[in-house]
Formats: sequence, C-alpha cells, structure tokens
Amino acid sequence: MPAVVIEDVHKRFGPLEVLKGVSLSVETGEVVAIIGRSGSGKSTLLRCINGLEAFEAGRIEVAGHKLDRDPKHLRELRKDVGIVFQSYNLFPHLTVGQNIMLSPRITQGVATAQAKQLAQEVLAQVGLSEKFDSYPDNLSGGQQQRAAIARSLAMRPKVMLFDEVTSALDPELTGEVLLVMEGLAKGGMTMLLVTHEMAFARRVADVTVFMHQGRIWESGRSEQLFTAPRTAEMQGFVAAGLK
Amino acid sequence: MTTFGWPEFLFLLRAAGWTLMLTAIACAFGGIGGGVLALMRLSRHPLPRRFATGYILVIQSVPVLMVLFMSYYGLAIAGVEVPPLLAASLSLAVYVSAYLAEIWRGSIEAVPFQQWEASAALALSTPQQYRYIVLPQALRISLPPSVGFLVQLVKNTSIVSVVGFVDLARAGQLINNATFQPFQIFAAVAALYFAICFPLSRLSRHLERALHASSGH
Repeated sequence: MPAVVIEDVHKRFGPLEVLKGVSLSVETGEVVAIIGRSGSGKSTLLRCINGLEAFEAGRIEVAGHKLDRDPKHLRELRKDVGIVFQSYNLFPHLTVGQNIMLSPRITQGVATAQAKQLAQEVLAQVGLSEKFDSYPDNLSGGQQQRAAIARSLAMRPKVMLFDEVTSALDPELTGEVLLVMEGLAKGGMTMLLVTHEMAFARRVADVTVFMHQGRIWESGRSEQLFTAPRTAEMQGFVAAGLK
Repeated sequence: MTTFGWPEFLFLLRAAGWTLMLTAIACAFGGIGGGVLALMRLSRHPLPRRFATGYILVIQSVPVLMVLFMSYYGLAIAGVEVPPLLAASLSLAVYVSAYLAEIWRGSIEAVPFQQWEASAALALSTPQQYRYIVLPQALRISLPPSVGFLVQLVKNTSIVSVVGFVDLARAGQLINNATFQPFQIFAAVAALYFAICFPLSRLSRHLERALHASSGH
C-alpha cells in the first residue's frame, strides 16, 4: 500500500484555484521531488498533506491516516508525518534539545530520560551533537535547519515533508542540509520535497513531479524526466534552471 | 498648629502601604480577568469574542471614577454596603482587566504565526501550543508594556480618595490641611511614589534582560 495517496485534490484561495485536481501516489521509501514555478501550487499541495491547508474536494491518505478537519485525527496524523519549513521555525525560547524533546514528551508520553537520549540520537544524525544546549538564535541558518530536521525526526515519522528547506539559506550553507536529506533518503525514509535544487532532485529523488498552473503537468523517474522532458513548459523550466 | 515631622511622615508611609495593597489587589484580580479576557478575545467562538470585545470597549471608554462611584454609592443605594477598600480594589480591577487584556492580546498576536504552524505540525493541541510555545514568547513581549501600565496604576490609584479611602495622595492632602506646608509634604508624597515606581521599572528591565539572555539574544 502506498504511503501517500492524493486523489483529485482541489483547493482555492478565494477566487483563485491553486490546485485543480491533483493526484499523486508515493510508495513507502520513495523520494518524490515536486518542482515548478512559484505560484504553481507545489507548496500548497505539500501543506495539504499534513493538514496545514484545508482543501475543498478530493481525498488524501497518508501513513494510513485519512485526512479530515477533526483536530484529534489531525494530531494523530501529524505524529506520523513530519514537516520542515523554509524558515526553520524553531522555538526561539527553547534550547535545541528542548525543541526536540518537547513533542515526544507531551504528545507521545516519552519519559524525559528517553526523550533526551532520542534528542541526542537525532542530533548526531544531523551532525549537531554539540548544540544540544544552544539556543536557535546562536546557530547558523544551516544549523538551524538541521536542528529543525532533527526535531521532526524525533517524532519517528513515517513520512517527511520538506517545503523549500534550502531556499532561505546562503548558497554555501545549502550543502550541509542537502547532505542530511540525502542521508535520510538513503536510509529509506518516505520523502516529499518541494525544491528549487534541480541537481539534487535529479540525483536523489526517485520520482520528480513538475507542477504548472495548479496541475501535475509532467512526472516520471527523475533521471528520465530531466533528460527528456516531454512538455514545452517543463523544457523551458529546466532550461531556465540550468541557464 | 502642627508641623510636618516624623509622626506625619509615618502616616504617609502607612498610606503608601494602602496604595501598594490596593495596587496589588487590583493587579491580582485585574490580571486574572485580563488573562481570561485576552483568551476570550482570541477565541474561535464568536460569543466569548464578542463579550470580551464589548467589555473592553465599554470599560476603556468610561472613566474609572464612574465605575468607582457605581460600585460604592450605587451598590449602597441598592442596599449592599461595600467597604471602601473592596469598592476601590474591585473598580480598579475592572479597569485593569480591560487594559491588560488588550496588552496581552497584542502580545499573543505578536508571536509569529509560523510558531503556531510549527507546533501544530508537531501534533500539539491548542492548549499545548498556548502553554509551551505561544504564552512563553508572548510573556517576554508583554513585559515592558505591562509593567509600564502597572506604574501608571500605582499613580492612578489616587482617585480612590473620592470614596473616603486614605491612600498616599489623600494622606498628603490631610496632613497639608493640618500643617499647611505643601512643599515639604507633597515632595515627601512624590518621593514615596517614586520609591514604589522606580524599582518596578528597574525590575522590568532586569526581567527583560533575564528572559532575553535565556533565548541567547
């Protein structure tokens, strides 16, 4: 059974229809990159998957949870579906360790000692072991983003969503974040990522989805899609990206 | 004719104690009320939201003196004998709650919405979001305006003298009536107000720094 099923999802912001019937299926362990111009609906689609955006029509099922607006169902779903944002969104009043331990402790009932061990594990995984007691403001952007990834991983998610996670970073800091993501992909994590990093999508994602005007315009195995795009829009987009 | 000496100063000091007491009670009840009103103002449900909005609008548009008159004389006519301390502290609490509610609502709204999103995405419930993420950050934002308001309150408590309550300002007037040494007496009164308000302002700055330090700013 697929980890994520999206079926004919429609979503509008007022008069603007941003998703015009999107369907997508992601297998367990698969890495899917979603690319496209800004305004193509790719971030909105991603945010629908964990209920940060509501949608009017269609069906989404993720990690065995059917998406509806019931707050209790949403909380259960979000325990299994992590998201990492463009602007990191760490909690500035808590240390990195506290950022990571908070949700496992209060939403999953993990004891403090275990939560601490868990936090150290995920921090080691993203290469930030020594930052346990640091406050987010004292970290570089790349470190903050890796800490945010660690915070999501501590929930032991079945699916991870990445929403343009390197877009706010200086170019020299994107590498360390992409490296962590590549490690996750190799470890078998089911991942959906909205990204502008074409080379990364091509190399790491099993499948790439090109969105255009609220629709999936073209999709396929990444290597194939980038080598021989079928639609004029995708050709233009890839050409512009490579310059 | 008496002159301004130690006994008179001790009288002022005692009255300053009443001013402090009044401020403390008004703050305690006004603070609780203000907190509840702020949350009601931000509620998803229209009923508590409308009630809080209306309450704040009315109280902020009415002189606290009128509330004081109503609770003291009004209730007396209705047959309820209200002691001056109770009438004064309740009226002030009503006034305080409306202002603190707005300060705190603003502070809660000043916490970036991404903090709500990130904590929702980590499966926190709304009460958990308030408790662990939003209120701790709102507290830091609200500290300077809250203490600023508190300092104002210490000074504004002087209006309670109209219902016969002898606070610091009223005590100064009483002594002046007997001694007619306004310069010395009101200088002493002013000095006592300063002695209360100045440490409050300093405390606020200290707390602000302490809270900032803990976030690594």
